[in-house]
Amino acid sequence: MKTNNQQYQPRDYKSDQAVRWCPGCGDHAVLNVLHKAMAELGIPPYKIAVISGIGCSSRLPYYMNTYGFHTIHGRGGAVATGFKVANPEMTVWQIAGDGDGLAIGGNHFIHEVRRNVDLNLLLLNNKIYGLTKGQFSPTSDRGFVSKSSPYGTVEDPFIPAELVFGARGTFFARGIDVELKISQEIMVAAAHHKGCSVVEILQNCMIFNNGIHSYITARETRADRTIHLIHGQKMLFGKDMNKGLVQDGFGLKAVTIGEDGYTLDDVLVHDAHCQNNFLHQQLAMMDGHDLPLAIGVIRDVEAPTYDACVAEQTADVTERHHFKTLRDMVLAGSTWEVK
Amino acid sequence: MLEKNNVKFRQSIVVRFSGDSGDGMQLAGNIFSNVSAEIGDIISTFPDYPAEVRAPQGSLNGVSGFQVNIGHGVHTPGDECDVLVAMNPAALKQNVKFLSPRGVAIVDIDSFKKADLEKALFKTDNPYKELGLKTQVVEVPMTEMVKAALKDSGMDFKSQMKCRNMFALGLVCWLFNFPVEEPLKFLKDKFAKKPAVYEANAKVIHGGYDYGHNIHASVSTYRIETDDRKPGIYTDVNGNKATAWGLIEAAEKSHRELFLGSYPITPATDILHELAKRRDLGVKACQMEDEIAGICSALGAAFAGDLAVTTTSGPGLSLKSEGLGLAVMAELPLVLIDVQRGGPSTGLPTKTEQTDLKQALYGRSGESPLVVVAALSPSDCFHMAFEAARIALEHMTPVILLSDAFIANGSSAWRIPEIGDYPEIHPNYVTPDMKGHWTPYMRNDESVRYWAIPGTEGFAHRVGGLEKDYNTGALSNNPENHERMVAARARKVALVANHIPELSVKSEGDTPADTLLVGWGGTYGHLYTAWEELLKAGVKIDFTQFQYINPLPRNTSAVLNRYKRVIVAELNSGQFADYLQAKNPKLNIKRINKVQGQPFLVSEIIDGVKTILEGE
Repeated sequence: MKTNNQQYQPRDYKSDQAVRWCPGCGDHAVLNVLHKAMAELGIPPYKIAVISGIGCSSRLPYYMNTYGFHTIHGRGGAVATGFKVANPEMTVWQIAGDGDGLAIGGNHFIHEVRRNVDLNLLLLNNKIYGLTKGQFSPTSDRGFVSKSSPYGTVEDPFIPAELVFGARGTFFARGIDVELKISQEIMVAAAHHKGCSVVEILQNCMIFNNGIHSYITARETRADRTIHLIHGQKMLFGKDMNKGLVQDGFGLKAVTIGEDGYTLDDVLVHDAHCQNNFLHQQLAMMDGHDLPLAIGVIRDVEAPTYDACVAEQTADVTERHHFKTLRDMVLAGSTWEVK
Repeated sequence: MLEKNNVKFRQSIVVRFSGDSGDGMQLAGNIFSNVSAEIGDIISTFPDYPAEVRAPQGSLNGVSGFQVNIGHGVHTPGDECDVLVAMNPAALKQNVKFLSPRGVAIVDIDSFKKADLEKALFKTDNPYKELGLKTQVVEVPMTEMVKAALKDSGMDFKSQMKCRNMFALGLVCWLFNFPVEEPLKFLKDKFAKKPAVYEANAKVIHGGYDYGHNIHASVSTYRIETDDRKPGIYTDVNGNKATAWGLIEAAEKSHRELFLGSYPITPATDILHELAKRRDLGVKACQMEDEIAGICSALGAAFAGDLAVTTTSGPGLSLKSEGLGLAVMAELPLVLIDVQRGGPSTGLPTKTEQTDLKQALYGRSGESPLVVVAALSPSDCFHMAFEAARIALEHMTPVILLSDAFIANGSSAWRIPEIGDYPEIHPNYVTPDMKGHWTPYMRNDESVRYWAIPGTEGFAHRVGGLEKDYNTGALSNNPENHERMVAARARKVALVANHIPELSVKSEGDTPADTLLVGWGGTYGHLYTAWEELLKAGVKIDFTQFQYINPLPRNTSAVLNRYKRVIVAELNSGQFADYLQAKNPKLNIKRINKVQGQPFLVSEIIDGVKTILEGE
């Protein structure tokens, strides 16, 4: 999808800095797709701020020809919140990794989602700490062997979507670094959504966690292990698009059309705009094993945004009190005069 | 703009206990004054009995009161009271006329039900409004808590309620830092033959004391009165409110919107409260999820173009250290207000100290100088908050303003600035002609980088915590460049000295004395009073109080080195003395220190100076 008045090209969003990620890193793809998504959205680069914490993916602002702030580990969400409240005219993108966003920055993450700050949060999930050379992250699977877990981890991971729903998120989408078109589609959808749009991108780390997502992303099996959800469309997947998701008691089931008596009519239609998040959660929790991993926009509902509410309340209260200055306000209180 | 002359320092407090004549107010008041006398305060009391010994309960005629004035230089029970304890609506109604406009009323909210209000002839269900009461009211569920404290005592309700006075006494003991054990000694004597009654009262006193502790209750116990006032319109401020207002003044004078990112912490929270209220002046005060989010949201707002502020106390300053480092590195304007309290760790949350000085100066990783200033008095908080914001905006640097629990809660009369009293603030903005050749870390003659507000075309740029190239602003690992940037950041902060007032010394004669008494920040009132007393006693001594800590005023070394000895008095173990000594190795520095969570007593400073002079 291209907009008609495309004034900007992807290169207009690209800075002159040499990109320093490792060759083959999934971040390269995300960066290129982000440039394209921004060109498609057509917002001038000087009206965009890209804010990040610390980690491999958090280097991203330096590669953007926009306003950018590379902050400190885990705090990108808090910085982005203050930025958006201070300057609501700007479009804000936040870049976080799984360590940055969900371990050290976990608190800020759930609170920016809860407040529904109008920003787009790209959560690049490679299930590893790359910049510090290979420790398990809060999204690493139980038993994962790494430099800091030589005998395997003894803890369960976060599923990012589950945190988003727990924090009453209004937008959640998932992409994988090898599906460029879908990634662009969801970034654009995230930008159009008013509120905290969380986009998880499953991304490969060539050096420390190569192939961590290959069960999902491998070309041969990808079609059967993922499902691309599109609002208003049947939940179909598979190489021949002949598999579908149907309701099964309290949960979901994958079926093949024409087998076991299932017809196309039985297949659920995706409704990303449904306020009730029960089914969204079920879809987001599918992991590619019994049920295909969901990519695309899973949830996209409207709710008041924090920054707009601060601005509206400020306008409302200043209007009602009509103090022009501090002096007006103080003089309206209890005072006395010394002559 | 501190109160220059004729400062009269008042350190006394008037407390009035009031309730039904059966509520035991006389006993509570008596014990309280005995305790005060016991621990060294001078007291003056005024019992105010009703004419009828047992008028109908809750009626206006049945109100009994006991007023006590405690402190130094106290000669009367006080014309008005600072704290009014009212056990019921009738007591409030009868005694509200004695309450100072700056005072605080403590009421048993459980006895403010509809029937109680009617007995006291209130017409509406809002007694405060009906009485025109504008001061702070602390509503305490005393009846419920006394019931809860005594539920296993076997006492009937009526007997339990006779202990309510002790709950109020316990709470007041907390407010004035009286050890709760003191009143118990008096009760033990009184009820020597009734151990069960003693036990019940003791339990309830502890209940009141712990309640105060748990809600971090505090009242203003300090005032600076000036009698040589500049004509103008005045109002009363406490330090926290003045701080909030000074920031708003700076936002107006810089034409930037004011953003506060904060997290509740005693004793700084009132700044958050005041700025949240000032949404009526366009202030964007955001209560964040933690201290770190407080400073980080402020940094985001600073990058976005607001006058950005975060407020905290010592432990919160520790949490904000990394954020301050980022502010140093990204060279963004940021004001951090630290209302100091007793530390380390949770320490003494409601008590005052000056123990965060070194943390403010040095508590970050790497070479990370920033500006540190301190407020002298409640009304000076306005001035120094303005100054902190002015320096931050004009010099693109984080600034820490050190206040403390004492001046934050203390109050003073404050002349509302006339239009034009405060100067315009001129941030170092990029100019349109820079477009094309500007880089983010380009500096002016004073080493200050230029501020490009996001949204401005042609100035999109990236800042961040990684070291940048001096010329291009791109990431740089170059060793010489790093050293050059470290020096540029330090130079910027050092050059702020050209934009702050020089140090002035108060001296009796034309020639300097041999001895200089030095303080900084919120001890001003005590040190000033002590200095005056020393002069009266014939001690030759000069006095100065620092507001600007880093950088120090340009003439600091020249001034200090004129003296044979410099006595630094501070509420810590010598942090400012160490700092001055490091910068002036030959200076003969003597120290007066106190680390008790309590302000100085004037007598302590006088005795301290005399001891030092006699010892030489």
